[in-house]
Amino acid sequence: MSMESALQTFYAEAEELLHNMEAALLRLEDGEADSETMNEIFRAAHTIKGSAGLFGLHAIVGFTHVVENLLDRARAGTVIIDTHLQGVLLRCRDHMAALVADVANGRDSTPDLLQSGDLLLRELMAYLEAPRSDAVAADASETEQAAAAAAQDDANIPPGRADTWHLSLRLGPDVLRNGMDPLSFIRFLGTLGEITQLVTLDDHLPDLESYDAETLYLAFEIDLRTDAGRAEIEDVFTFVRDDSDIRILPPYTKVEEYIQLIHSLPEGNQRLGEILIQSGALTRDSLERALTTQAIINQQEQKPQLLGEILAVQQAIPNEVVSAALERQKKSPERKPAAEARTIRVDAEKLDHLINLIGELVISRQRVDLLAAQTGSGPLLEAVAALGGFTEHIRDAALTLRMVQIGDTFQRFRRIVRDTAHELGKSIDLEISGAETELDRSMVEKLTDPLTHIVRNALDHGIESVETRRERGKSDTGTLRLSAYHDAGNIVIEISDDGGGLNVEKIRAKAVANGLIDPNLELSSYDLHQLIFHPGLSTAEKVTDLSGRGVGMDVVKRNIEALQGGIDIESTPGEGTLFRIRLPLTLAIIDGFHVAARNTQFIIPQTTVLECMDLASLPAVKGRNCVNLRGEPIPFIRLSDIFALAPAAFAVQDVREKLVVVQFGNERAGIVVEHLYGEVQTVVKPLSPIFQALKGVGGSSLLGSGDIAFILDIPQLIELAILREARQAAQAGRKQEQPL
Amino acid sequence: MTTRQNPRQHNRVAAQEVIPTRQFLTFRIGAELFGMELGQTREILEYNGVTEVPLMPKFLRGVINLRGEVVPVIDLAVRLGRNPLQVQRRTCIIVVELHTDDQDYVLGLLADAVSEVVEIADSEIDDAPAFGSNIRAEFIKGIAKRDNQFVVLLDANNALSMRDLAQLVENQLQ
Repeated sequence: MSMESALQTFYAEAEELLHNMEAALLRLEDGEADSETMNEIFRAAHTIKGSAGLFGLHAIVGFTHVVENLLDRARAGTVIIDTHLQGVLLRCRDHMAALVADVANGRDSTPDLLQSGDLLLRELMAYLEAPRSDAVAADASETEQAAAAAAQDDANIPPGRADTWHLSLRLGPDVLRNGMDPLSFIRFLGTLGEITQLVTLDDHLPDLESYDAETLYLAFEIDLRTDAGRAEIEDVFTFVRDDSDIRILPPYTKVEEYIQLIHSLPEGNQRLGEILIQSGALTRDSLERALTTQAIINQQEQKPQLLGEILAVQQAIPNEVVSAALERQKKSPERKPAAEARTIRVDAEKLDHLINLIGELVISRQRVDLLAAQTGSGPLLEAVAALGGFTEHIRDAALTLRMVQIGDTFQRFRRIVRDTAHELGKSIDLEISGAETELDRSMVEKLTDPLTHIVRNALDHGIESVETRRERGKSDTGTLRLSAYHDAGNIVIEISDDGGGLNVEKIRAKAVANGLIDPNLELSSYDLHQLIFHPGLSTAEKVTDLSGRGVGMDVVKRNIEALQGGIDIESTPGEGTLFRIRLPLTLAIIDGFHVAARNTQFIIPQTTVLECMDLASLPAVKGRNCVNLRGEPIPFIRLSDIFALAPAAFAVQDVREKLVVVQFGNERAGIVVEHLYGEVQTVVKPLSPIFQALKGVGGSSLLGSGDIAFILDIPQLIELAILREARQAAQAGRKQEQPL
Repeated sequence: MTTRQNPRQHNRVAAQEVIPTRQFLTFRIGAELFGMELGQTREILEYNGVTEVPLMPKFLRGVINLRGEVVPVIDLAVRLGRNPLQVQRRTCIIVVELHTDDQDYVLGLLADAVSEVVEIADSEIDDAPAFGSNIRAEFIKGIAKRDNQFVVLLDANNALSMRDLAQLVENQLQ
């Protein structure tokens, strides 16, 4: 791991931890002050400090250290987190995030940021100083207890080392090459406590000829006076412990264990012994006694003996105790957080590459299908069918790799809702449902902005002030709901509030004032609602920091459409507004229904297809592009008309037109085509930006034959049809008016 | 400049004397010879038909499947204000890689025939005449003379700017 990639890991990890920390802090506000939540907050701060120390990021370490201290007190119950402190901690989190972001972007933090950090620290200090006496008392009693326990245990404890740990660092020879500086570990140890002795062992330095500047030859013996626990000290070496030999002896370690340490390390006995004597861990006496014993035994047995056995002989300690201790020591450097085993971090690019390859696999499989069908060989067809089945499974499994739950995205809004409500002096609850609904990761990222915009709008304009709510007979606290669910191969996200609803009169007036609509035009409330997606229309009387600048909803709509999705509004005056966003599950590979009109091939997304039938078999509604399907009128679109497709050169007369009934949301429509070819798996190939203006086609796809088909975007197609018809109707209307 | 006859030798001399030269791929559309900077071209394909895209203007002939990539094919003749190119036996598609308006993209260009790769010194390139070539001046980098014929050196980034092409498509659709 190079320094750069280690740093990248740090940024990613810090971001995630800060995210968790925020979520946990917000949970505190909801009254979930259980110890797990507190631990989570503490762990986040602690780990960030730890990793930052590793990289020598002093600004982050310095600030986070104080935060961590306070959290530690809170965890111990000596500081109570009240609403105010919670707010301060949230801002501390933000400050940490800002510091990390500055480092990640390679820029210096602005003096303003650093100053605001100092102010935050001052606020924290106020909390830290007040209940100090309690905390000290608690610390003191802990120490006493520990001391008492140790005193019972063994009389060999050297005096004056009550809190001194001994560390033997034998970092792997490749540590420098991997971008780690041993100095930063030592520096970071210094933040845990006081390094009372540090001896550098250069025994392994080779001759100058064989010296490699990138290899680490040095070893370190360190005495560290600290209150920190073993886990905390071990954490310092997280990044290197795999290929290093790190031994940590706690305070009150028995003399034998020091001896054991001496023996187990490659440097000479005498030398390490001297260091330990110097540090006060051993007396010369006890060292010599132990060494002599081993020497004698070795002579007797003529073979090196396990150290534990020597100790057992010498001190008559039961064998099990020693072996247990050995076992423990052996294991401790390997201990890792359990979470690491359950999830792994993968570069998103690698995942995309995999999906692309699977796309190619899907296409080749179709080619094989075609060829196999031509041979008509039974066994071959069977084998190909089996291959096809696996290909589908692989595709599905690969796609789920990219799926993430939307819950994380929703959780982010807790903070926004909280802060915005504070700022506006409103009281607003956030309700979340369907957090476990999954969608493509690439979409999540692109969704954040539009969602944020809608949420802010709802908070700012949707939900009324407390006074207005009282006047209207509503509860003081407004509610914002975020929910997600799957529906017909789409994911639907709803953002609703119980506020005043869209003010259609105001929208109308504004649209007229801006010349968007004719003042005499009668518009349905649906059409009026749609106007808010028009660029340059803002109905807020007061422009606030949050919204109301008249940019936004049009951008929201465009963003959603860029994801092949759509957005609807339902709004009832006085009761609230609901935004419904509909998105495809994934953008990479879809199941489609292969059709053709004239010479052009199309794919209709399978999830929208309800049924297919002969157009001629259905009773037509006279004079309109509409059929009667079991009593329900279904408007239809003829692909050859809407796309102005040229008739095939060798057109077969009397092709029987087919109707494909599609559904999107609550609406149904028919697509009239000439040929039905059936279901295919298709890899979506985005069309060149040159075709951006082409509506109704969402992308292209390669068929097994190598031909290109166009993937229909059904909602867009229908929108296009409505637009065309409206335009034609308007032209027809004008023609009728002219003679008058 | 005595090494004219031998392009290879010319190369070496150019390197020594540092005469700035550029390589162009020349191709024929109708009777005219055009040149495109070699660095912008990727490959040349035999014309095997294109898949027409609905509602597109004439200059956009369709799309092709280029080893799994869907690539638009442009009729350069229409773009330059001539009659649409008639497909015949030697018709080919020149695949070009361009970068304009902060995006990379790949296009196919229809040509009647591809001629050769030539090296042209900057000093041999004349400015495009302000008029008389029947092509918008910003589409042309310059004009050079080869074997008694003029080669129109295209400024592909202008003639094939993604924004302009997309705008033309949008105009057509409205």
